[in-house]
Amino acid sequence: MKQSEFLKLVMPFKDKVFRVAKRMLVSTEEAEDATQELFLKLWKNKKSISKYKNLEAFAMTVTKNYCLDRLKSKQAGNLKLVHSNYKEKETSLDKKIEAKDSVSKVHEIIENLPEQQKLIIQLRDIEQYEFHEIEEMLNIKQTAIRVSLSRARKTIREELLKQHNYGVS
Amino acid sequence: MELANIEKLLEKYLNAETTIQEEKQLRLYFTNDEIPPHLQEYKPLFNYFEESKNDNFTQNIRLNTNENKETRWKWLSVAAMLILFVSVYTFIQKKKEYEAQEAFAQTQEALKLISTNLNKGTYAAIVHIESIEQNQSKIFKNPKQ
Repeated sequence: MKQSEFLKLVMPFKDKVFRVAKRMLVSTEEAEDATQELFLKLWKNKKSISKYKNLEAFAMTVTKNYCLDRLKSKQAGNLKLVHSNYKEKETSLDKKIEAKDSVSKVHEIIENLPEQQKLIIQLRDIEQYEFHEIEEMLNIKQTAIRVSLSRARKTIREELLKQHNYGVS
Repeated sequence: MELANIEKLLEKYLNAETTIQEEKQLRLYFTNDEIPPHLQEYKPLFNYFEESKNDNFTQNIRLNTNENKETRWKWLSVAAMLILFVSVYTFIQKKKEYEAQEAFAQTQEALKLISTNLNKGTYAAIVHIESIEQNQSKIFKNPKQ
């Protein structure tokens, strides 16, 4: 397989991989590294790529595992993820959205969700994957995914409600 | 879309029972500015989801650099090994040479000692013989003459 063919194959989901990695690792730099790493891995295994029915789902699985490994090694090393993109993110949202506080609040709430719920919210509500695709990516039963997703959505909503009421009173 | 319908969809949404299509409807609805107060909290939620989709990977995908790095490291380690072997080899050679020189010097020294001692010996012997001859001549006064 030539490099150009390969790129054509993976281009459609490069942003999704990046966003999922960023959701899990928080830092933009870390997410970029993770994305590069993933594509390099796929490129090295280009011979077996055709074996996968759904390359995108496979890529997501690899990304997820890579990120979990990263997080584990960071925790084991007792290091915090260093990231400098909080501010940047907020200002870019500032400009675009009027309800800036509550929107960045959503970001914060999702950040505090358990790892799995965070991932499922990302895959379903942002990347808009079907449940059977998420099932393939995470190797979790659809019913379990729905339970997690429902829990996550309710948590976010409740947190937002709290915020909202606090703002009103 | 009418409000009752939206409320029903939201209920389904919270229970994770909506389809992608229905979720798109919700998103669309909440881009609207006129949201009833009791649904306000959903607005930032769906706006955030919509907004988050715009965060793109802006780097180029690099497929070669790391591989190059790897091969570079490989060659570097080969070179390092080579240098190590050569230096160890020359060190051993130098050591052998030094030892040989040492041994040579020692034998030379020993031989010198022997030879000087031997010379001393002949000298002493000659002196002795001479003194013997003298004494002999004293005792046997020209017996043949």
